[in-house]
Amino acid sequence: MFGEEQWNSILDIAAASLLIVAALLTLAAAIGLLRFPDPLSRLHAATKPQILGLLLVVVAIALSARSATVLLLLIPVVVFQLLTAPISAHMVGRAGYRNGDFEPSTLLVDELAADVDAARGSELPGGSWDDEADGGSSNPRGAGS
Amino acid sequence: MTVLWMIAGAIAMVAVLLVLVRLITGPTLIDRLIASDVLLTTLILVVGAEMVISGHTRSIPLMVVLAATAILASVAVARFVTRATASPATPDAEEGSDVR
Amino acid sequence: MTAVEQRARVTLRQKLPLLLALVILWMLLWGSITPLTIATGVVVSLGVTRAFYLPPVELSGRFNLFWFIVFVGRVLGEMVVASFQVAVLAIGPRSRHESALVKVDLHTRSDFILTGTALAVSLVPGSIVVEVDRASTVLYVHTLSVHSPAQVEKARAHVLSLERSLLRAWGSREEWEAVRS
Repeated sequence: MFGEEQWNSILDIAAASLLIVAALLTLAAAIGLLRFPDPLSRLHAATKPQILGLLLVVVAIALSARSATVLLLLIPVVVFQLLTAPISAHMVGRAGYRNGDFEPSTLLVDELAADVDAARGSELPGGSWDDEADGGSSNPRGAGS
Repeated sequence: MTVLWMIAGAIAMVAVLLVLVRLITGPTLIDRLIASDVLLTTLILVVGAEMVISGHTRSIPLMVVLAATAILASVAVARFVTRATASPATPDAEEGSDVR
Repeated sequence: MTAVEQRARVTLRQKLPLLLALVILWMLLWGSITPLTIATGVVVSLGVTRAFYLPPVELSGRFNLFWFIVFVGRVLGEMVVASFQVAVLAIGPRSRHESALVKVDLHTRSDFILTGTALAVSLVPGSIVVEVDRASTVLYVHTLSVHSPAQVEKARAHVLSLERSLLRAWGSREEWEAVRS
C-alpha cells in the first residue's frame, strides 16, 4: 500500500499537525487569560487546554521518534501533569477564592459563601471545611475496610 | 514540513507574548501566578516540540523534571498567599501540623 | 492519636499498592525493566515511603479493570471535548461570562474516591474544585459558563456521575450498591 518513505512523511505531517493544534490550544489559553473577567475564570482558561496540548505534543514526539521506549519514557511526563495540574489548580483557586479575587457579579450562584458564613458562625470554624490530614479525623470513617 | 513547524512556532510565540502581558499587568498576585504557570507549561510544550522538529529525544529528562516540579511553585505561592491574608475560617496554626 | 500509633498500624498490605506504583514509576523513569532497576526501585521506594511518611490510603479492596478503563477513557474524552469548548469560549465573541460555585455532596465516604473524583472534576475543563470539605465529603466546584439554574443542576449532576463512574470501578461494594439504582 504505502512505501516506507510515504509512511515516514505521513507520520511526520501528523506529528507537525499535532504540534500546531497544541500551539493553538496554548494560544487559546493565552487569549482566555487576557479576556476572562476574573482570576477564577482565568484559571479555567489557563490550566486545562494546556494538559491536552501536552498530551498532543507527547503523541507527536512518539510519532516522530517511532519508538516504544520513547513512549515509555514519556508516560511519567503525562502522569505527573495529570496528577499535579488539578492540585495546583485547586490550590490557586482556593487561594483566589479566599482572598476574594473574583467578581461576585459573575457568579450566578455561590453555594460556598453561605456555608462559609455558617461555619464562621458556629463553634468550630476550622477543620470542618479544611482538607488537612490531621490525625484526629483521618481514619474513623474507614468506609472501605 | 518546515512551513508547518514555523506556523506552530509562530502561534506559540504569540501565545507567550499574550501570557507575558497578563504576567506584567496582573492585577492580582493570583493572576501572575496563573500566568507564570501557563508560561511554564508552554515551555514544556516548546521543549517537546523542539524534539519533534530536530528529531532527537535527548530533552525527555528535562520534560520529566519540568512536569514533576511545575506544581511546586504554584502550591508554595498559593499557600503563602492564602496564609498571608489570614482567612478567618482557617486557623493557620493547624496548617503546619500536617507536615510530619 | 499520635504519629507513632498511626505508623504502627500500617500493614504491609496497605503499603503494597503505593510501593508497587513507585517501583513502576522508577522503571519508567529509567526506561528499562532490568533486575537492576527493579532492585534499586524497591530500595528507593522503601526509602522514600519511610522518609516522607504519609498516612496510609485506604483502598476499597475492590477493583474492576474494565470499568476503570471506561472511567479513564471517559475522563480523557471529556477533557478533549471540553478543552476545545473552553478554547472557543476564550476566542469567541465576548458574551456575559457567568460562572457558578456549586456545592456537590458526594455519596462516598472514602477519602480515596473523594480524591479521585476531585482529580477527574478538575481535569475536565470548565470545572475547578475550589474547596473540599473532607469530613462530609463535599466538593465546591467552580463551573465556567453557567447561565441558568438548570445548568447549575447539570453541573452538579455531572460531578455526581463522574463519582458514580469511579465508584463502579474502584468503590467498595456497599458504596457502589448504594449509588447503583
